[in-house]
Amino acid sequence: MSATSSPAQGVAVTAPEAAFAPSAACIDASCRPVLLLFLSAAAWLVASSLLGLIASLKFHSPEILADCSWLTYGRVHPGAVNGFLYGFAMQAGLGVVLWLLCHQGRATLATPTLVIAGWLLWNTGVTAGIVGILYGDSTGQEWLEMPRYGSSPMFFGYLTIAFVGLLSFHHRAKRDLSISQWFLVAALFWFPWIYITARLLLVHWQVRGVMQAVIDWWYTGNLATIWLGFIGLGASFHLIPKLANRPLHSHYLGVFIFWMLAFFGSWGGVPVAAPVPAWMPAMSAFTSMLVVVPILAVLVNIYGTLGGKCSIVMGNPLLMFMGFGAGAWLVSAILGAIGSLAGVGEITNFTWFDPARAAIALYGFFAMTMFGAIYYILPQLVPAAPPCPRLLRAHLWLSMIGIVLYAAPLAVGGVLQGMAMNDASVPFLKVVSSSLLFLRASTTGELLMVLGNVLLLLNLAGILVRAARTCITAGLSANRATAEVAS
Amino acid sequence: MNSGPMVFLAAFLALAISWFGFVLAPQIQIGRQQQVELKDSGQLYPSRRPGQAAQGAAVYRANGCFYCHTEQVRPRGFGGDVARGWGGRPGKVQSVAQDYLWDQPVMLGSQRVGPDLANIGIRQTNAVWLLAHLYNPQLTSKGSSMPPYRYLFQRITLKPGQTPSDDALAVDSGSPDCEIVPTYDARALVAYLLSLRSDGTVFETPPPPAPPKSTNTPAATGTNAPASGAATNALAAPSATNSSARSAATNAPAPAPAK
Repeated sequence: MSATSSPAQGVAVTAPEAAFAPSAACIDASCRPVLLLFLSAAAWLVASSLLGLIASLKFHSPEILADCSWLTYGRVHPGAVNGFLYGFAMQAGLGVVLWLLCHQGRATLATPTLVIAGWLLWNTGVTAGIVGILYGDSTGQEWLEMPRYGSSPMFFGYLTIAFVGLLSFHHRAKRDLSISQWFLVAALFWFPWIYITARLLLVHWQVRGVMQAVIDWWYTGNLATIWLGFIGLGASFHLIPKLANRPLHSHYLGVFIFWMLAFFGSWGGVPVAAPVPAWMPAMSAFTSMLVVVPILAVLVNIYGTLGGKCSIVMGNPLLMFMGFGAGAWLVSAILGAIGSLAGVGEITNFTWFDPARAAIALYGFFAMTMFGAIYYILPQLVPAAPPCPRLLRAHLWLSMIGIVLYAAPLAVGGVLQGMAMNDASVPFLKVVSSSLLFLRASTTGELLMVLGNVLLLLNLAGILVRAARTCITAGLSANRATAEVAS
Repeated sequence: MNSGPMVFLAAFLALAISWFGFVLAPQIQIGRQQQVELKDSGQLYPSRRPGQAAQGAAVYRANGCFYCHTEQVRPRGFGGDVARGWGGRPGKVQSVAQDYLWDQPVMLGSQRVGPDLANIGIRQTNAVWLLAHLYNPQLTSKGSSMPPYRYLFQRITLKPGQTPSDDALAVDSGSPDCEIVPTYDARALVAYLLSLRSDGTVFETPPPPAPPKSTNTPAATGTNAPASGAATNALAAPSATNSSARSAATNAPAPAPAK
């Protein structure tokens, strides 16, 4: 498999790789379809955060949009979650994977047309699925709400895009694998298995009784910790060294993180008092504590890569995106580990604490890391029109402040809500009204995040418009030049 | 580990272990549960939902009620579920896997913006109250954050001299010649809510150790069984109905068909 096995160029080990490898500009030119993924990911991000905003307005007054069945809380909320997960997170993740695999392996994107086909399938599926949820066709399984007519095209879209990614990976000129590639390739393999298992056993041939809940917890835990975690880490471990212009601190720490997460990251999610045999919540609690260790190691590795100088981060907005993401992941892992203790879980179970933790992981960690990666990749793909730095900085601060203002009140409110709920002398309506205050406070954070998301979309749209304009003017002047030569 | 196939194998191995542990093993342990015969009444538990209630479950699913309401009572000593009167059975009152046998899909829920509904059919047997609550929660629970589900109701203008229909809600419709009538969906949803009762006294939830002749309490406390010990775990053995749990205190009839 390695370069030494090619008999013709036996002189130097690295020379043949370099000779065959296409130039970075060449790779970027082949990777243009990734822009499509980024653009629609940003559009879904805005759409899903608007749906989320509608959902959270319901807590300000239950009368808001109450007469429209499509916009009732129980449909808008899953619509927002699915739009974020599949519309934005996975789509942006796939775009980043394609670009990273091509660059790390020094290979051009294998079949760009297939990426466009996959992009079409994926977005058709997500659109149909979310319209289905709003229409009332939800399957009733959390994170798998999309009806079949949405999930099937989406899944085939995934297979198409992942196939292109793996094909480009297979054709790589640089055979040695970096730790970042391990994460990305493992994630590409991971999703089809968990998705097929969950869809088949929960929707197509539904298993009996509470087994459905067990499989749903297994699926959500895998998607959040493994798929999103691996893609985020793959991006961080490649881009942070590039941005800081220093090598990755420790490859072997990366290997340790990989194995720890792969073995223990996929068991989480079963709540402490779930109506299942007790070994399942116990196993979940045990592994969610173990998972803190590799995530702590991620921060150690990043800190080491930066040479212990956090000033590098402060000076570079892209590093801030990614550094904030890694920090947020640790916070959410610690909150998850604490929440899985029976004594704490008794309070936080069924409260707003869990959504707060999930938001920190999904938005604080994954989305922020993807923002950093997208802003890094954009100017490589479209050198003519780099992202507007002012919009970028505004996006950075809006999302950082937004996620804190969103998650902190929810987490605190969740703990208070749980304590009140466990005290049977407090009337239930009192519990509801006291937690409303925190819910309403979190809307501020949500508004800031929506604004930040809009800025990302604006920035992307601006880049494409400027790039198109440069293309047209270049074309026109070329035409004029040929015309002059001809005359 | 410097090649693609090796990374694939590594991911495959890790995922296979998790799959065997959290998909296959639970399926072997609790995936093949059957109805059990209740000792006190001889009825099978849990019974299947009657037709209209089953259709109501679809309304419950489509409108995402389970994003704010759980259907799970937590054990005594874990939270205040029992003290709030959410439990449905005497003795150890938490929900057990057996309760969800026929739910398609199972909607445990993960949030309690509203109260738990696992036994709402026991707590609230008044269909009119439930309809009014769905139409406008403020009428029945002032200060609730639940949205009104007016779209599950029809507003019908009465012709002059026409008397209101029998099933019109006794709520203010805004005008004297209008009435509010629940749609089929609203009635199905209420039938589903009335059918929600997890009160069968099964092996995992023995009645309180009343008279001294009871001998089976230790077995049922063993919910902390290790992963391998499926044989002794209560949940694994639906056939093992409680032989000595014959307490007169059980007031647990099988779920009555909802009206």
